[in-house]
Amino acid sequence: MDFNGSEPRGPREAELLPATVATAVKVVVVGGFGVGKTTLVGAVSEIRPLTTEETMTEAGVGIDDLAGVERKNSTTVAMDFGRITISDELVLYVFGTPGQERFWFLWNGLFEGALGAVVLVDTRRLEVSFDVLGRLEDRGVPFVVALNAFPESPRYPVEELRAALDLPHHVPIVHCDARSRESSRDVLMALMRYLYDLAAQPAAAAQPVG
Amino acid sequence: MSNQDWANANPERLYVISGGRDRKSATAGFDLVTLVVARARPEPTMQPEHAAILRICGSPLSVAEISAYLRLPNSLVTVLLADLLAERRIEVRAPVPPAALPDLSLLEAVIHGLQRL
Repeated sequence: MDFNGSEPRGPREAELLPATVATAVKVVVVGGFGVGKTTLVGAVSEIRPLTTEETMTEAGVGIDDLAGVERKNSTTVAMDFGRITISDELVLYVFGTPGQERFWFLWNGLFEGALGAVVLVDTRRLEVSFDVLGRLEDRGVPFVVALNAFPESPRYPVEELRAALDLPHHVPIVHCDARSRESSRDVLMALMRYLYDLAAQPAAAAQPVG
Repeated sequence: MSNQDWANANPERLYVISGGRDRKSATAGFDLVTLVVARARPEPTMQPEHAAILRICGSPLSVAEISAYLRLPNSLVTVLLADLLAERRIEVRAPVPPAALPDLSLLEAVIHGLQRL
């Protein structure tokens, strides 16, 4: 922000959390560019979606050199996020990452401690999801797949999509309309129920699947 | 992208705000969803960014929200929060520690909360 006399921005009165909130949890919405992540976050959030940014200076990020930064290559990654107050003690944050897939996993702590992830998929462009699905599996982040209904999207049978995405049978696949609060809420519910099942029967996820 | 002014235009400013400290070392211990509550009033003698944090944290706010409202990068905000915590000017409420699988009662609470949405 600009500190030259302007008042700092802050939450509006209606957006204040109860003072009793003691615990925050987070989920991450990932998917290819333009698949509707920001729309979904905005649909479920009780606050105006906000944007937080981070600079990436890891060697190998290696693109988007900033003029004047002589030491390392760095680039900026931004995430939109929203918030849902679950109770007087618990709040859920929903982070949606932008379409720069290679940066999601460089953001320290984004997936660390996250309950799980939603992979938002556009059935017209399944191929953009392969990379992120593989990375989530590698990192052991539990996820559900949500098929965002675009008007012109073909509606394939779920099992056909499961095969095309090479998803294990236990990973839930749900249809959604990211513009709808209720539908987007249902996606988060599907994730939570899946996580509940995993936690209740830890062996289920570990079983090899055909 | 709305808030690129802080980094692209002026990396020196970030260095000044953080006092030149290594941003990575202070980041430890703060999650994006660590909640912060002010325990002191902003004072005119403070660094403006410290005062701004105290001003907006009258009610709990996550590190991510502070970063968004102040338009400062997340890792820089954690440096500023570490300062305030050392001076006992803020209280932090850490998120649920990462575990292989989350607690069932926690998940139940989230499910019930979502049902009411």
